[in-house]
Amino acid sequence: MRHLMSPLDFTVEELDSLFDLASDIEQNMPKYAHACQGKKLASCFYEPSTRTRLSFESAMLNLGGDVIGFSDASSSSASKGESVSDTIRVISCFADICAMRHPKEGAPMVAASRSSIPVINAGDGGHQHPTQTLTDLLTIRSLKGHIEHFTIGLCGDLKFGRTVHSLIHALVRYPKIHFIFISPEELKVPSYITDMLKEKQIPYEEVIRLEEIMPRLDFLYMTRVQRERFFNEDDYVRLKDFYILNKEKMKLAKQDMLILHPLPRVNEISVEVDDDPRAAYFKQVQYGVYVRMALILTLLDIHV
Amino acid sequence: MLNVGKIEEGFVLDHIAAGKSLSIYHHLHLDKLDCTVAIIKNARSNKMGKKDILKVECDINTLNLDVLAFIDHNITVNVIKDGEIVDKKELVLPKEIRDVIKCRNPRCITSIEQELPHIFVLADEKKEIYRCKYCEEKCRERF
Repeated sequence: MRHLMSPLDFTVEELDSLFDLASDIEQNMPKYAHACQGKKLASCFYEPSTRTRLSFESAMLNLGGDVIGFSDASSSSASKGESVSDTIRVISCFADICAMRHPKEGAPMVAASRSSIPVINAGDGGHQHPTQTLTDLLTIRSLKGHIEHFTIGLCGDLKFGRTVHSLIHALVRYPKIHFIFISPEELKVPSYITDMLKEKQIPYEEVIRLEEIMPRLDFLYMTRVQRERFFNEDDYVRLKDFYILNKEKMKLAKQDMLILHPLPRVNEISVEVDDDPRAAYFKQVQYGVYVRMALILTLLDIHV
Repeated sequence: MLNVGKIEEGFVLDHIAAGKSLSIYHHLHLDKLDCTVAIIKNARSNKMGKKDILKVECDINTLNLDVLAFIDHNITVNVIKDGEIVDKKELVLPKEIRDVIKCRNPRCITSIEQELPHIFVLADEKKEIYRCKYCEEKCRERF
């Protein structure tokens, strides 16, 4: 029995099979409509989440399965002090697979070690969010046809953003990826990541302004720059516009560059960009459902 | 110069970084053993300038070498029998240590679930970096 705790749990070859399956699901949805009939997904969300929870639930319903669960800790037995280990043992009796989000880092791993059903980490604090990374990779593969040989700009809060860190770790396994990190000095990508890139001899650049590198990008992965991350208000006001993507900046981009964003978007991508054919962030949400469907099938070892 | 007598059976931990012997004494739980222990602090050393030495008279099997290797794998472990050194054990960094140190990350699951063992795994052997098995927080304590 397998679980998914980190995007690196799967080899590149295993990810290829997963993405092949996700692409087949995209093309032939009706074929999978009853694949999980009689199976139940336990959607155990110890903290609120809209997109991830609904994406998992939608994935299971698309497969003809059922969903049980809770959407915040106060409505679960955790509020009575039950441990994650005990909860998963109980859930294992009710469901066939579990997607767990927990504010504490490592909680899904504890659950997996005690579980008799596959557990998917649906986000554990600031640690991992593997299905977001799988979504990002599938989006790249589906829209470009491959995951290799491109320049990706990662923009915004690169210091605290777990989606960015996971994506970098996942992308370094593919050939000829060039990274450009675009962030204010205060929110630069952590040194353990740049050390890892140096060690693997993977090219990267660090810049402050988005405009200067825009024409070179094949992908632009936007994240939010949060006000509370800055030491003072002056710096925030001075820098925030550098990291807001608008029509003006899009004029500098290649015609086939694609914009990705893990969402929720606040103001870092101006709504005027939404109609640009290069805006791929809502398609990305759709790919999130396909990849979760493929993941559920793979972990349940169901073949259609 | 202070003289500490020979031991008949047990071990001598040599080349301990000066000032670290008491920390090792506690982590090896030597305080719980009913045996003779000599703690020598700031002994002169050609190699290190100053060093600490621990002499423990007990059954050699009571020593947890993993813990010792985690604390400092440069320590020399001399095994003593009949008053003579019969073996020098080489310390290698353990792949995993359990309940030796606690994860200090307040967001780690171990911060709320008391019954969980605190496990650190060797993430980078070259840089001697251990990370919490659950949250991957880097271990900052190296004694």
